[in-house]
Amino acid sequence: MEIKMDLISEDKINSMSSTEKLRFILDGVKSGNIVILEGGLTSEEQMQLIELTMTEVSDDFPGIEISGYQAKRSFFNLRKKSRLTVIGPAKVMRTIKKDKDLISAVVSAV
Amino acid sequence: MKLKKRRKGILSRLLRALFFRKVTAKIGIYGPPNAGKTTLANRIIHTFVDENEDIGVSTEVPHETRRAVRKEGVLIDLKSQSVQNPYLNVSPDSNVTSTTEQKPREGKSKLKLDIVDTPGLATKIDFHDFMAFGLEEKEAKKRAKEATEGVIEAIKWLDDIDGVLLLMDATEDPYTQTNIVIIGNLEARSIPVIVVANKMDLAEAAPQRIADAFPQHTVIPISALKGENMGELYKEMARRFR
Repeated sequence: MEIKMDLISEDKINSMSSTEKLRFILDGVKSGNIVILEGGLTSEEQMQLIELTMTEVSDDFPGIEISGYQAKRSFFNLRKKSRLTVIGPAKVMRTIKKDKDLISAVVSAV
Repeated sequence: MKLKKRRKGILSRLLRALFFRKVTAKIGIYGPPNAGKTTLANRIIHTFVDENEDIGVSTEVPHETRRAVRKEGVLIDLKSQSVQNPYLNVSPDSNVTSTTEQKPREGKSKLKLDIVDTPGLATKIDFHDFMAFGLEEKEAKKRAKEATEGVIEAIKWLDDIDGVLLLMDATEDPYTQTNIVIIGNLEARSIPVIVVANKMDLAEAAPQRIADAFPQHTVIPISALKGENMGELYKEMARRFR
């Protein structure tokens, strides 16, 4: 079984509203894809994604696996800049190691 | 639009804190499933309310708490006998009492709080996980559905909470996305948080890993089950949530 990976540019992500962004990600993940976002999601967006995911959990879709780097502070420590975020279906993706600068994940076909 | 909303949230929080100070703050106990949230809530109730009263049932089955439970008007009294009991205040790992290296200030010894025990936050809920604990498929699916609703409820409670005890299992890797997302949200909303490294009584517990992962926050190692180092946690609660 093939697993598709979508690498989404920061420009593409920034052109979408929050709702569009979350819908776009979840639709991709529910189709079985691994979605990698340049620039990442803010922690608020990640929380909204978890909330949206929970409304769509079913027997066939148990949820998502999400990994990202902790946000970096910028602009004199006032604004948090998010970095890369990886999201995949929990059925096929599993994070095995993670620290502030490294994410190791295994992807296995069902 | 969203930024505006968040700014408004922080501003109203500041205004409320300055001019409309609440008599009783609502403190949410948050964390991933099986971190010991209900065990901690029960410990607090046993210590300060009634030693025979439970806020919820704690078992090894994940998502046992699937609805947020609020206990109103819990009076945290640092001078009560159960807090003063030296056995309960022993910290076997004194190096990890606080990452901020500041001693909690001794404030007033009493603090009234509402304690909200929330369902565990998770990004996935698979009914097969419940079947592994012996539940029938129908019951496992029902429980999984309730657990998803519980996660949503816990997230919604963040809009109405004044402070958070964020529980992490000290035997597990703290660098999970769930922990990072909760902390990021609390920081964005300017909600005071104490990170609680639970299960310090277990040999494989490593509270220092939690302190290293979240150096910007105070980390208090405890055993909610055995009641170890609870005095230190109550002191920090009195300092942060007043």
